[in-house]
Amino acid sequence: MYVSSVLAVSVDKVWPVVRDFNGLPNWLSFVAESRIEQDRPADQIGCIRAFRLTDGGYIREKLLALSDYDYSFSYSILESPMGVENYVATLKLLPITDGERTFIEWSAEFDCAPERETELETHIGENVFLGGINDLKERLKT
Amino acid sequence: MVTVQRSTVINAPIDEVWEILRDFNGHDRWHPAVAASVLDNEKQTDQVGAVRNFQLTSGERLREQLLSMSDKEHSFRYAIVESEIPLKNYVAEVSLKPVTDGNETYWNWLSKFETPRGQEKELAELVAEGVYEDGFNAIRSFVERTPSGSSSTSIDHPSLEGTAIKIDRHGGPEELYLAPVLASAPGAGEVRIRQTVIGVNYIDVYCRSGYFDLLKPPGIPGMEAVGIVESVGAGVRHLSVGQRVGYACPPVGAYASVRTMKAELVFPLPDHLDDETAAAGLLKGMSAEFLLHRVHSLKPGEVALVYAPAGGVGRILCQWANHLGATVIGATSSEEKARIARAAGAHHVILPDGASLEEQVSDLTKGHGADVIYDAVGKDSFSHSVAALASCGHLVSFGQASGDIGAYDIGSLASRSATISRPNFGHYTDTAGKIKAITDRLFSALEKRIISIEIGQKFPLSEASEAHRQLEGRHTTGSSILVPDELLKGRK
Repeated sequence: MYVSSVLAVSVDKVWPVVRDFNGLPNWLSFVAESRIEQDRPADQIGCIRAFRLTDGGYIREKLLALSDYDYSFSYSILESPMGVENYVATLKLLPITDGERTFIEWSAEFDCAPERETELETHIGENVFLGGINDLKERLKT
Repeated sequence: MVTVQRSTVINAPIDEVWEILRDFNGHDRWHPAVAASVLDNEKQTDQVGAVRNFQLTSGERLREQLLSMSDKEHSFRYAIVESEIPLKNYVAEVSLKPVTDGNETYWNWLSKFETPRGQEKELAELVAEGVYEDGFNAIRSFVERTPSGSSSTSIDHPSLEGTAIKIDRHGGPEELYLAPVLASAPGAGEVRIRQTVIGVNYIDVYCRSGYFDLLKPPGIPGMEAVGIVESVGAGVRHLSVGQRVGYACPPVGAYASVRTMKAELVFPLPDHLDDETAAAGLLKGMSAEFLLHRVHSLKPGEVALVYAPAGGVGRILCQWANHLGATVIGATSSEEKARIARAAGAHHVILPDGASLEEQVSDLTKGHGADVIYDAVGKDSFSHSVAALASCGHLVSFGQASGDIGAYDIGSLASRSATISRPNFGHYTDTAGKIKAITDRLFSALEKRIISIEIGQKFPLSEASEAHRQLEGRHTTGSSILVPDELLKGRK
């Protein structure tokens, strides 16, 4: 599962938005609310975010890696209504040096029931990642 | 340590950009700073460890080694191993990523290096702008140079008249006749060639007679020719008008003075190779290249048995296998052919006598057998070949001059733990990348005189039927070539 795009702003403007592990409601239209469990800092490796989707779904995700140097972070899903296992995703930004632009890539690997593979890949790739990137583009316009 | 990073987005799919960039030795085709690029000996352009020698347009020379390459990650790393520009410990990485929501390509170029004190800024700028940014712009105009679907080509280049040898039905040499032909304007991905010399191969006889179904009459036979590029269609980047080129592959249609065909099958010829030698040797030499380096990777000390060692491909196999350090045994039918085989590099020649072929091979190799056997005889030789193999030997069956081998019980191969290959020329030569890898090594072997091409007969194109008669009558030695009549007249 791999989705990528080009954002029309420089990486130092994008990174603070996506870096905030507790900040999904600030840019993802389908996330209603989010909190970090046990009051830990949102950039502490191992912290867990628990967030609720606008459709009511409840998801818990754990921060596995965060790099200000590479503009990237990885996380796993602990609990979700999607029916996925061993789900690990990475979001990474890469500067585009000729012009104020940023390359963004969002990828995931997971296990699921074989008959649901296509459906889940479409859902995660198009609704979550591509939808999320389009939300991010909207957020960055303001 | 200086770090330089530049990145951009190219408006082309990643596969298209990667195909250009992964040709480690091909950067002289597009980068304005590189005048020429030559690989060190015996390495391929995508072989990790290969060293390219750059002659820069600014005059300096430098040598760079490929450290890693990944078609999966669309990336490669390289280091400067020798340079007239003072860049020390220079390691760079080129990596591409697909922009999935736009069919574009993100391209990152990153390097770290050391410079003499005080030159950091100047050299970092040279690398960033003169190499990376100029490279981005060159690729950008390279992939965007020829918009596809250009309908103006047929107006710019109307059909070109010439002559060709045709057949209207399968049959004997008398079916070959000279007729006018029109080469259409090259469409997208096509090239039109004014051909100067055409190679004659035994496969042309099979196509004419109908033994092979590669030619459905009415049509033009022929698999190999050289000439000059007359015009190119949209999207063709590796060829330009006026360039000397050649090809050796299906589809048929080479017996003509002008031809329009898929450009990816056509490649430029090096200066050291003249038209006649190229036309006489491309198909046979390319066959020998993939038989010795790809189907089987021949190693020093191996015993190689070559059938028909005095024939077109056989003679080259003997020359090349000898050079590669193998013990070469030729299997032929007459003392005259044995002499040719020995001159080509066969260490031993087997002639028919009381003992079977496998017994003779066993005697010559003290019971070891042949590690690899190149057998284009087919029906009559196959069982003997299996029996002549060393244990875990490799039988390469690449033709059937004596007839089809038919069904064969593979259980009997256990007697040698044998491996059998039945390679098809077409599968080794169906992309520009494969053809380039094969011809690079072939041209190098010809230049170093590791192998040679012998031209025995030259005919006007109009006398193709006579060329076939002599070939079928076994009256030829070496290769036969055809030259368009108008060129012969022109030369007087």
